Amino acid sequence: MSLSAPSEQSALDVDDLHVTFGNPRRGSLIRAVDGVSFSVRRGEIFGVIGESGSGKSTLGRCLVGLLSPSGGGVLHDGIDPFKFSRSELNRHRRKYQIVSQDPNAAFDPRMTILQSICEPLNIAGEGTKAERREKAFAMLDRVSLSAEMANRYPHEISGGQKQRANIARALMLDPNVIVCDEVVAALDVSIQADMLNLFARLQEQFGLTYVFISHDLRVVSHISDRVAVMYFGKIVEVGPAHAVIETPLHPYTEALRSAEPEIDPTAADARQRIILQGEIPSAIAPPSGCRFHTRCPRVRDICRTQEPPQRELLPGRHVACHFAEEMLGEKERRSLGLAERNAAHQGAAAQGAEMM
Amino acid sequence: MQQLAETTMAGQDTLLDIQNLTLSLRDQSGWVEVLNNVSLSVKPKEILGVVGESGCGKSMTALSILRLLPPRDSRLGGKILFGGQNLAACSESQMNRIRGRHISMIFQEPMSALDPVFTVGYQIEETLQRHFKLSRREASERAIAALNSVGIASPRHVATLYPMNLSGGMRQRVMIAMALVCEPRLLIADEPTTALDVTIQAQIMDLLLGLADRTGTAIMFITHNLGLVAQSCHRMVTMYAGQVVEGGPVRDVIAGPRHPYTAGLLHSIPDSNRARGTLPSIAGRVPSLRHMPKGCRFGPRCSYSMQPCELPQSIENEGVEDVDRREVRCNRWEELALRGVGA
Ligand SMILES: Nc1ncnc2c1ncn2[C@@H]1O[C@H](COP(=O)(O)OP(=O)(O)OP(=O)(O)O)[C@@H](O)[C@H]1O
Ligand SMILES: Nc1ncnc2c1ncn2[C@@H]1O[C@H](COP(=O)(O)OP(=O)(O)O)[C@@H](O)[C@H]1O
Ligand code: SF4
Ligand code: SF4
Ligand SMILES: [Mg+2]
Ligand SMILES: [Mg+2]
Repeated sequence: MSLSAPSEQSALDVDDLHVTFGNPRRGSLIRAVDGVSFSVRRGEIFGVIGESGSGKSTLGRCLVGLLSPSGGGVLHDGIDPFKFSRSELNRHRRKYQIVSQDPNAAFDPRMTILQSICEPLNIAGEGTKAERREKAFAMLDRVSLSAEMANRYPHEISGGQKQRANIARALMLDPNVIVCDEVVAALDVSIQADMLNLFARLQEQFGLTYVFISHDLRVVSHISDRVAVMYFGKIVEVGPAHAVIETPLHPYTEALRSAEPEIDPTAADARQRIILQGEIPSAIAPPSGCRFHTRCPRVRDICRTQEPPQRELLPGRHVACHFAEEMLGEKERRSLGLAERNAAHQGAAAQGAEMM
Repeated sequence: MQQLAETTMAGQDTLLDIQNLTLSLRDQSGWVEVLNNVSLSVKPKEILGVVGESGCGKSMTALSILRLLPPRDSRLGGKILFGGQNLAACSESQMNRIRGRHISMIFQEPMSALDPVFTVGYQIEETLQRHFKLSRREASERAIAALNSVGIASPRHVATLYPMNLSGGMRQRVMIAMALVCEPRLLIADEPTTALDVTIQAQIMDLLLGLADRTGTAIMFITHNLGLVAQSCHRMVTMYAGQVVEGGPVRDVIAGPRHPYTAGLLHSIPDSNRARGTLPSIAGRVPSLRHMPKGCRFGPRCSYSMQPCELPQSIENEGVEDVDRREVRCNRWEELALRGVGA
């Protein structure tokens, strides 16, 4: 993947992206995003998982042009938005919306929901007042909010409803891409399920492209086509959602998966639990070699000095760990064993059927 | 306080026994009933999970037990028996001897329980000295041991820090150290890991369960996360709109929920083993306290609602032994035969 030849159907092309905060001379440089590359096809749902502080929100804000890269770049449909003038960028950015975790921050407490939803169109100066209102009601309907909600104030509706209104607002400008940053994190499971259904439906109706950021593996794997796992500013693993969650090829993904509480007691009994020690290290002093080595259950000497390169282990599955091939081997042996057993089982069943 | 241990309810091995707890609160528009006939029990060393959507009364139940509600604007009915003593009728000074010593509580947001102007070491010492006759030296040593027991690597240093200077996970550890330092018989944990990453959540749960096991502390564990309940609790209750609607051993409830609300909660969780597609969700919302539906409170959201649901509901019990006892508040549970997870 390179900046000069973006692929035909890509909505987003991210190439060796770096975003830093702070001042290198005062020794306070934070590399929040540190060399990240991936592309997202039009109409795809791309998930991003990782612990807090891993750089997900910074990446999301940069993807929609709210933060400028300090290295590398982002292409929107093959176009580099950071080459635009300020006013051009503002106009362009309407097609690239971000919805954030805290819906309270998105609404002015003195404005009704309707006023807030119309605001982006007011700023863009699009349509007459009546047209804007009509569109707002249509969008409220799309997110399953009744028209009676329109005249309420933010404190008069629930968290789930506020998050829906927030999405309606993002949809007002007919975006191509929506970055959803932890949009269901604060919601009850029942409402969360509703929201995930809503996202899937809107994606079909509008052909939207999503980048779906969350620290909840279940949520991300449910909704996404592909997922990237971030740790300390880098993508450590990326691939098809189901494959990454079911057979992780990076120790960090494996640990995240294992930390997820299991509801089904039989599945919980069958699983080997890995409890990671410690927390993400200080952002100012990244560990040498592999950044995960301070917490990795599989760490060996080489990890402390050499950074593992990212490579494609299986078609579409990229991993950055020195021992990814070894993990792949383990998993293949395990699933091969399983497949053999299944085949034997099926053979026996078939024989049984023939005998009847 | 010694007699507390001996007067555990005659014959019955129950640590906390809440009977028909009713709570009303007063706000600008007058009194409103927040809890309605809540009955639940916790046995010594047991871990009881309490689940339910936001606003169903989980935290209000917890605050009632510890009598942390404003006395002028709250009214309690029913009994809260703790080791035979009715907490609902205790004076403030009696409660002060119980809080932090025999029952303690940890919250979702540790900053609300920790005082920003004192070091964490001082705050733990303070808790100890309130309940035990200890010299400052002894208290300080025990505080450091407590910090050490929650997996803090340099407890002497951390004891000198202010809560502000700690990460979310570290604060939660400090709060657990403080809550368990007097080895209480009951710990109420209200969403202790909701604000944390799954990796840190796993560490904290591991720690909490390990310590409780060592000190013999029972836990009333309030959470939204049914996975955590499945993983760590012995029994569970589901609360809906200020009532307990289902209760029983965790494995039984998860494998075969009897109340449509519990079943709805179980099925709305995304499951990586299930194909992508529409998730079953529970239509509608928790009713507002001032507009409770007649008959079954879950009725307006229940897809099985029929005529009998408009009749008054009561808790039905089944199972003779305490360990296999199941409770459900649904007129139709027997004919419904709801599906659970696993099994
Ligand atoms: N001071 C108050 N006056 C009136 N009603 C109140 C007051 N405090 C809480 N309530 C109401 O009591 C009900 C139960 O609240 P509670 O905090 O126990 O919910 P919860 O189950 O803990 O929810 P969550 O999961 O969001 O923490 C809610 O409907 C809430 O709005
Ligand atoms: N505006 C900012 N100024 C300084 N540091 C920041 C800023 N925003 C984020 N960071 C730092 O960048 C890193 C990544 O943060 P973030 O992208 O918010 O992570 P996530 O969304 O994965 O939790 C963290 O160390 C965070 O403290
Ligand atoms: S490179 Fe080493 S430390 Fe890094 S994830 Fe792989 S095994 Fe762990
Ligand atoms: S009583 Fe009726 S409405 Fe209530 S939960 Fe049971 S079936 Fe549903
Ligand atoms: Mg974030
Ligand atoms: Mg609560």
